[in-house]
Amino acid sequence: MSQSDLVLEVKDLTIFYGNIKAVKGISFTVREGEIVTLIGANGAGKSSTLRAISGIVPWGGEINYRGKSLRGIPADRIVAMGVAQVPEGRGIFGNLTVLENLKLATWQRKDKAEVSKDFERVFTIFPRLKERISQPGGTLSGGEQQMLAVGRALMSRGSMVLLDEPSMGLAPVLVQEIFRVITEVNAGGTTVLLVEQNANMALRHAHRGYVLETGTISMSGSGPDLLGEPRVKEAYLGG
Amino acid sequence: MTFELFLQHLANGISLGSLYALIAIGYTMVYGILRLINFAHGDVVMLGAYAAFYGAALFLLPWYIAFPLAIIITAALGVIIERIAYKPLREYPRINLFTAAVAVSFLIENLGIVIFGGRPFAFTRPEFMDVNLSFGKTSIISYTFIIIITAGILFAILLYLVNKTKAGMAMRALSKDIETTGLVGVNTDRIIMFTFALGSALAAAGGILWATKFPQINPLMGVMPGLKAFIAAVLGGIGNIPGAMIGGFLLGISEILIVAFLPSLSGYRDAFAFAILILLLLFRPNGIMGEVQAEKV
Ligand SMILES: Nc1ncnc2c1ncn2[C@@H]1O[C@H](COP(=O)(O)OP(=O)(O)OP(=O)(O)O)[C@@H](O)[C@H]1O
Ligand SMILES: [Mg+2]
Repeated sequence: MSQSDLVLEVKDLTIFYGNIKAVKGISFTVREGEIVTLIGANGAGKSSTLRAISGIVPWGGEINYRGKSLRGIPADRIVAMGVAQVPEGRGIFGNLTVLENLKLATWQRKDKAEVSKDFERVFTIFPRLKERISQPGGTLSGGEQQMLAVGRALMSRGSMVLLDEPSMGLAPVLVQEIFRVITEVNAGGTTVLLVEQNANMALRHAHRGYVLETGTISMSGSGPDLLGEPRVKEAYLGG
Repeated sequence: MTFELFLQHLANGISLGSLYALIAIGYTMVYGILRLINFAHGDVVMLGAYAAFYGAALFLLPWYIAFPLAIIITAALGVIIERIAYKPLREYPRINLFTAAVAVSFLIENLGIVIFGGRPFAFTRPEFMDVNLSFGKTSIISYTFIIIITAGILFAILLYLVNKTKAGMAMRALSKDIETTGLVGVNTDRIIMFTFALGSALAAAGGILWATKFPQINPLMGVMPGLKAFIAAVLGGIGNIPGAMIGGFLLGISEILIVAFLPSLSGYRDAFAFAILILLLLFRPNGIMGEVQAEKV
């Protein structure tokens, strides 16, 4: 692999909340076209890592996106650079309609024609959203909200998406559905960094994975390798 | 009381109410996005009136230039206040922000006394606002209607901006969750500036119209309208724009009508607002349009 297909490079990343060091110097990479997953127990620092990349928590170390440091760049500029995030707990605006939630994510975009194509794409992937286009986001079911959050990330047309537990709280059928969409979006050329509690699903769909334990990376490898790793099995796949 | 007289009082109440409503919107919008009671908002009302006064009296601009110009200048001042005094404190506990707002309020009032002088000035109404209109046995001076109509137009523009434009959409999103709004790519700083600009513009319009209704201006003139408008915002459910409008009208109309029907109480006029507030909050702690929600700190 050459340097040039590195999309995201995280080096010695540290994140403090007050005096508490939540992330203790982790390093990982994501290459063009990959699905990379970060798995780990509650409080390991997964969401914090994504929030640092998106520029909403202060961090130490290095984060480079396509060779450019993200230090000091505000959240909205990072989105404009092509990094979209589906935050943990979905972050749907309950007082905005489905359509408005999606529109908001096109804030940075000037390419009107492409935007309407992307609306069609999102509605093709999630026909349910189209049916509920003028419903307030807050009245959607949990699964529909998750679809909306994913759809919204697609609307910003990032070349990379950060997904924070997209399967959280969803029925098994919907979990399958969300992972199908992730694979589909990835096949369309979007690079994916996926944080998951559902380690089994995540590792089965990811090219590579990292295991995060209380702020440090304890293991890494290809999806299948990690799936076969006894320590991973024991800790995250229920034995 | 004759019916004519009642109508006259009612018109008066509605025009006073529309002034409270104009000012209340600024409180409610800023609270909606920053959870800040912008204590200095009443002083922005005063700045608007003075800007219009100087434009007309000192620079001899016609009202149709002086008034809009004053609104623009005041909107810019509102944004500058936010940049200098509030933005640096955004990450800290809300009490710091509130303290800053109180300080800004005192600063503006005292600077006002130094710069404009403590002596009140007479504010000259444009001629078309000073026409005596008679309806049968009653007569009402045209400013009463012009205030109501102007406020109505401004409300319509505001509701359009908030509900139908992209910036308004971002404002509504931001009021729910500022962090996620940034995360979807919105420049939240700019939306906050936009909110202060809008709120201050309406406050300026309120201040100018206030000065046409009560044509004497002084550096502390914003204090009482500011306080009443704040009460109106709380009555309506703070954070809720239509609520602020309803609260403003409710307060203005009841204040005038109570005094009209019970003239002996006219000395307590300013106390009514507080009495109404206390009564309403006993029954609807979140205001008329307020949602029941946990305090977001
Ligand atoms: N705003 C904050 N203030 C203080 N501590 C925080 C804050 N956010 C996160 N933490 C702490 O940082 C640590 C890592 O949190 P983080 O949300 O990154 O974990 P996570 O791996 O995403 O967990 P989960 O799987 O439960 O979502 C936790 O111990 C958490 O309590
Ligand atoms: Mg998390």
